[in-house]
Amino acid sequence: MNAIEIHNLSKSYGKVHALKDVSFEVKQGELFGLIGPDGAGKSTLFRLLTTLIAPDSGSASLNGLDIVKDYRSIRSCVGYMPGRFSLYPDLTVEENLQFFAALFGVTVEESYELVAPIYRQIEPFRKRRAGKLSGGMKQKLALSCALIHRPKVLLLDEPTTGVDAVSRSEFWEMLAGLKKHGITILVSTPYMDEASRCDRIALCNEGQILGIDTPNGIVQGFDSPLYGIKARNMFALLETARNADGVTDCYPFGEWHHIVTDGSFNPDMFIREFERIDGLEITPVEPTIEDMFIKLMKR
Amino acid sequence: MTNSNRPMRTFMVLFQKEFLQIRRNSFLPRLIIAFPILVMLIMPLIMTMDVRNVNVALVDLDRSTASRRMASHIEASEYLTLVQNTAEYPLAMKALEQGDVDVIVQIPDNFEHDMAVSVPKRISITANAVNATKGSMGMQYVIQTVAHTLTELYGERTPAVVSELITVENRYNPTLNYRHYMIPALMIILFILICGFLPALSIVGEKESGTIEQINVTPVPRLTFILSKLVPYWIIGIFVVTVAMVVAWLVYGLTPAGSIGAIYLGAALFILTISGFSLTIANFSETMQQTMFVMFFFIMTFMLMSGLLTPIDSMPLWAQRFTLILPPRYMVEILRSVYLKGTAIGELWTSYCALTISAVIFNTLAAVTYKKQA
Repeated sequence: MNAIEIHNLSKSYGKVHALKDVSFEVKQGELFGLIGPDGAGKSTLFRLLTTLIAPDSGSASLNGLDIVKDYRSIRSCVGYMPGRFSLYPDLTVEENLQFFAALFGVTVEESYELVAPIYRQIEPFRKRRAGKLSGGMKQKLALSCALIHRPKVLLLDEPTTGVDAVSRSEFWEMLAGLKKHGITILVSTPYMDEASRCDRIALCNEGQILGIDTPNGIVQGFDSPLYGIKARNMFALLETARNADGVTDCYPFGEWHHIVTDGSFNPDMFIREFERIDGLEITPVEPTIEDMFIKLMKR
Repeated sequence: MTNSNRPMRTFMVLFQKEFLQIRRNSFLPRLIIAFPILVMLIMPLIMTMDVRNVNVALVDLDRSTASRRMASHIEASEYLTLVQNTAEYPLAMKALEQGDVDVIVQIPDNFEHDMAVSVPKRISITANAVNATKGSMGMQYVIQTVAHTLTELYGERTPAVVSELITVENRYNPTLNYRHYMIPALMIILFILICGFLPALSIVGEKESGTIEQINVTPVPRLTFILSKLVPYWIIGIFVVTVAMVVAWLVYGLTPAGSIGAIYLGAALFILTISGFSLTIANFSETMQQTMFVMFFFIMTFMLMSGLLTPIDSMPLWAQRFTLILPPRYMVEILRSVYLKGTAIGELWTSYCALTISAVIFNTLAAVTYKKQA
């Protein structure tokens, strides 16, 4: 049995189709990433899976429990961390943890070894009110609270948004640690660079899934030669490269522009053709998940 | 842990959290204690319908013993002040226009003489009725004083004195003290403000901070959650009524003529009703502003139409019928009857029933409209 099974799930808010006919599975104990920009429907999917909203059509199950029929049982076996910090700011770190443990009918001691690697980092501040914590500490507290009832499935909606780079990296290490306890984790993020931390990822945009594979598999699916180009005037270069022979796409990518090419493209020819351009450089580059995302999005 | 005590334990956890949050709030605990005390101390002093200091101008065209007697009676009245004694009506009228005079009494010429021989010309009384209450009440006082003087004047000629044939008694509020009428109303206003607003703001606060979503993904049943929002404010409401009664007793010497139990029973039912009502409003609101405005609209209706400030009997018939669906109306009935008349619970059973029914209706509504699933 898969930990999460989603079949043709759709949800609209009025005329806005937030989720269109989405289907995928997450295996037991997998760390599965939903990668996509804002408005891709990630949060809607989380709200559906946590039974906060009901789907228009399609079905989904967590641990074999249907999100509509068995919504009550689902709430006991799912841990959810919303994108926005939503613990009680006027309760202390300790009180928040105890409160959520008690709501699930467990004690902090029972689950302590599970949350300890995370909670220990904020334990020195256990008497501090949650509202007074820093962003990274809030996130750790939220994760501790989501884990306190030993959920089988952990749903994390953009947990690293608005958190500094060091804390983000630490957070992914914590998730890797949780995987060892056999917890299935579904995590969403708008940051492409975090995708490689997942076992498998789904690229999504505008309520649809563009592709699902391991991070490596996704990258390997990029079958066109990819080059990075650079010049003094990057903006003019973008226009020029887009109209060059053999170039199917060109887009800004950090300090370079990436050009996607077909078989007829020759980098030497490209340099010769545009030698009048000041400071033109070209180099072959390895495709990243972002390149694949852009390619899938334009198809 | 057995399944049977689980909801109770969950309730206790939520309940303690609610109180912890109230205590942590830098403002709420002070408000809950200071608000009833201040309202009970200050409001009864200023909310009075007694009309005092009615300024009277006497236009004396007669200049006789009778008219002088009239003037001295007006001066002697504790409600009336004689500010002008003139022989020129336009002068008095000018003072009335300027607001210096509330009522003009004009005694016609040859009044005393005509009274002795035949029917005299009429005494005319003119009142400024911009403030309708003061105008009509002031007029009443002046008429009484004038009538009293006339009776005296006639009485000196004929032995029978009309006024001695009438005795007047004000039952239940012997001194016609407006405060005694207002204090129960103030208690109800306190319930509406404290127990009507706080539960709603507490739920909408959780909506705004997103914590309600975190609660909704736990297995907490919605009835338990609603109760955890209801019971703390119910306890606070009982505390408020106690404070208000103690202040009424210590400061105004007003103690309930009926049983304290009848008052607490009414308060307990009424607080439940108003809290359930406010939770229902909160369930339909997304923000604090929205809740506040909707609540204000209903509170206005409650204050003005439940007989708190003006008697229901003097409203138009359609309005009187409408008040039957307003829960505060029944609480006003209960509190005033028990406080001033000492009415027993048994005699007020219809009002208690009406409150019980509205408590059940609003709290069921609050539980049903609280959606864990959108």
